[in-house]
Amino acid sequence: MSVIGKIVTLLRGSARELGESIVDANGVRIYEQEIRDARDAIAQAKNNLTGVMAKEMQSAREIERVRAETARLENLAIEALDKGKPDLAEEVAAKVAEQEAELEKQTQLHTDYTQQSNRLKDLIKASEAKIREHEREVQMAKATESVYKATQSISENIVASGSKLVSAKESLERIKKRHEDQADRMTAADTLDQELGTKALELRLAKAGIGEDIHRKEKVMERIRARHEAAAADKV
Amino acid sequence: MKSLQERLGGLDVILGARLGGAPVSLQPIPGEIPVIQAVIGGREELPIFITASDDQVLCICYLWTDEEIIPAKRSELLELLLDLNPAIPLSAFGRVEGRYVLFGALARDAHIDDIASDVAALSDNAIDALDALSGYLS
Repeated sequence: MSVIGKIVTLLRGSARELGESIVDANGVRIYEQEIRDARDAIAQAKNNLTGVMAKEMQSAREIERVRAETARLENLAIEALDKGKPDLAEEVAAKVAEQEAELEKQTQLHTDYTQQSNRLKDLIKASEAKIREHEREVQMAKATESVYKATQSISENIVASGSKLVSAKESLERIKKRHEDQADRMTAADTLDQELGTKALELRLAKAGIGEDIHRKEKVMERIRARHEAAAADKV
Repeated sequence: MKSLQERLGGLDVILGARLGGAPVSLQPIPGEIPVIQAVIGGREELPIFITASDDQVLCICYLWTDEEIIPAKRSELLELLLDLNPAIPLSAFGRVEGRYVLFGALARDAHIDDIASDVAALSDNAIDALDALSGYLS
């Protein structure tokens, strides 16, 4: 079964078993040993393959050589017959027969070497696939174990600190409120800055004798004097 | 091999800078497997937990529990989470022992800047997800 398959089975049972069962420490050790064995097998197979492939090439060359020699000898035999030397031709024919036997032997050897090298190539492929599969299993088992143990610690910490006694909604509200408070404070600070800035400016303007407020007292005095004079005129 | 705490050295500063100067505190969680809790100022309710195994660095943010899901909306939410998974950058939804999580996984040799990016994205995504999916929660 695939690792994910095993995890699914465990999840369907009890999540609590996840950390314990998937990561059977002994199982991981066995996988790791199998990975090491497969690596050794690959190294050995590659070494053997080099030798077998060299022999395969040698036998291919030998086959070519024997074929060329056979053709050459057959041509010589024909030439001997042409020149009326059947005895010589027969002698050459015996050599051709030897070459043919050699060709058969080399062809058989070549086939054997090819088969052997194919077997070794398959073995290497299979071992590499096994390594990949085991490595993935070990990797996933270790990751699952690590995540499980880490989340266990986190859960215990959350419970111990009581930090998750509040609901997600409440957490969100608190965060939002804090953001709003901060935004309000920033707005307030801006407003204050502006007000203080405006007031400070007005004060400076007044000191410089600029602005409407500067003549307010004089205007009031003028109004009072005018009323006073009007009242005095009435009396007369 | 460097310990997780050593590997995450400086993460608080990089992460804080990425999150507009928010204060970030890192603290180890006791346990067999090394876990570092990253608490981001202003988002204290949604800490990010960082852990590492032989092959990966895992950043996890806990969202809600099974019990918090409105029962009638449960299967709709689950399908939505599956649909959302490929669309959310750097983070995926998952569930660990009845707690729904958002997580990001990086290669074991990920650079500290990449881890900071992932944690920042995870934190932003977690708040976004809670906001978008709070209608499914009680």
